[in-house]
Amino acid sequence: MVDKIIVDHLSLQYADGTESLRDITLNIPANAVTVLFGPAGGGKSSLLRCLNRLNDLTELRTVSGKILLDGENILDPKTDVIALRRRVGMVFARPVVLPLTIRGNLTYGLELAGEKRKSRLEDAVERSLRLAALWDEVRTRLDDPAIALSGGQQQRLCLARVLANQPQVILLDEPTSGLDPISTGKVEAALQELKKEYTILLVPHSVQQAARTADFAAFFLQGELVEWANGKDLFTHPKIKRTEDYIEGRFG
Amino acid sequence: MKKASFSNRDIVQRAGFSLLTLVALVTVIPILAVIAYVIKEGAPAISWEFLTAMPRDGMRAGGILPAIVGTFYLTLGTAVFSVPLGIAAAIYLAEYARDNWLTRLIRIAIINLAGIPSVVYGLFGLGLFVLFLKFGTSILAASLSLSIMTLPVIISASEEALRAVPQAFRTVSISLGGTRWQTIRKIVLPQALPGILTGVILGLERAAGETAPILFTGAAFFLPRLPNSPLDATMALPYHLFVISTQVPEMPIQIQYGTALVLIAFVLGMNIIATVIRSRARAKRQW
Repeated sequence: MVDKIIVDHLSLQYADGTESLRDITLNIPANAVTVLFGPAGGGKSSLLRCLNRLNDLTELRTVSGKILLDGENILDPKTDVIALRRRVGMVFARPVVLPLTIRGNLTYGLELAGEKRKSRLEDAVERSLRLAALWDEVRTRLDDPAIALSGGQQQRLCLARVLANQPQVILLDEPTSGLDPISTGKVEAALQELKKEYTILLVPHSVQQAARTADFAAFFLQGELVEWANGKDLFTHPKIKRTEDYIEGRFG
Repeated sequence: MKKASFSNRDIVQRAGFSLLTLVALVTVIPILAVIAYVIKEGAPAISWEFLTAMPRDGMRAGGILPAIVGTFYLTLGTAVFSVPLGIAAAIYLAEYARDNWLTRLIRIAIINLAGIPSVVYGLFGLGLFVLFLKFGTSILAASLSLSIMTLPVIISASEEALRAVPQAFRTVSISLGGTRWQTIRKIVLPQALPGILTGVILGLERAAGETAPILFTGAAFFLPRLPNSPLDATMALPYHLFVISTQVPEMPIQIQYGTALVLIAFVLGMNIIATVIRSRARAKRQW
């Protein structure tokens, strides 16, 4: 088992003092789904947003520690964040399709990177839609506005849009929180396929989803990493009382 | 008892709505009345000659072509300076600037710029463009004076249009490996463009109808030929209207109203274009 990402004593605080992380150390294995779960305000999203440096857009008070991606510290100020964000893609809680066509959404990232070859763009569109299990539903209307899709389709389009960039790591921040159970099932099934090629970090929208999808799971509570283990162990035999209480629904 | 109070409230509600409708109508009446009156008095003056000929007999006959062309040039000149500058400033304020003393200062300046009486722009233009920079009374100096007056309108409208574009689009674009500028150029600006255009047209429309800023900087009292360089002075519709209404004795009233009608048509035309752009964009908007 190779560790794709190593989070090493990471601490983080926002300028307004809200959500923060305290001394997080965590290994994220390649080709697996690692689930970050816990009550709201625990720091899960903050950690995700560190991994693609999206936190740069927010005013931080302090960041300390390291995040190694393939052995390179991505928190280093010299990191090429544009290249990093192409390697580490992100799907957000609310499906945000860009005000473009379906095709335009999928080729957007590649075009930003300067890809102009039609054949490459065409390939990326089909490949990413197939991976996100959306190809059959939209293949005949790629040039329609993306907003015309249903919510569940939009979220899979957002996933496909990330995949078109050919990332190595995919971050998903409660990607199914607004979806019906059928759409949720499709997204979860897609993730199980995708983990063969990608490293996946998922913030689930429920403990049940965490238990269903996790190869590895990390329980976050108020900015601290309480417990980290492989999924099966953590959800059947949590070692720490607080984890057990949360999983069994005694708080949260 | 209960029923009585219910119908009572109903009556109060109906009366209230009727009153509000009436008040709304009152604001429309003066506009319609002015336009109707100007059309009634001015329409007989409108002819092909009126629109395409030079004035004759001390402006008491002939046409108003130089004033029409002059106003067109002044509006165009104002657009050349104020549109790129105004949009650039709005992009800076909406997309790049952090909230600090400098941006607060800029915002205060813009608000105050919008509140300055237009004659002050004329005097400022006279001092800076006509005399100090030696542009003379010219289309150039007048356009620059009008530009300064128009800038706050364009900046405020454009900034508002940019801010109305959902933040999530920016976050998504950046998360896909976009730079800030790519995000602005490919997503934010196209989405904000209809709003920006509306603001631009409304700003230019005001410039087209202003008299005071061009009074000392570029407007000619009587110049029966077309300008052939930006350094020429020019006649302009609003100033021409002022001149023939107050400065020329025995002026046929038809020509005055005819000129007013052309000016109103010019400004109203721009306004209608802005309205069409806005409503079309609203219908097409995807957020």
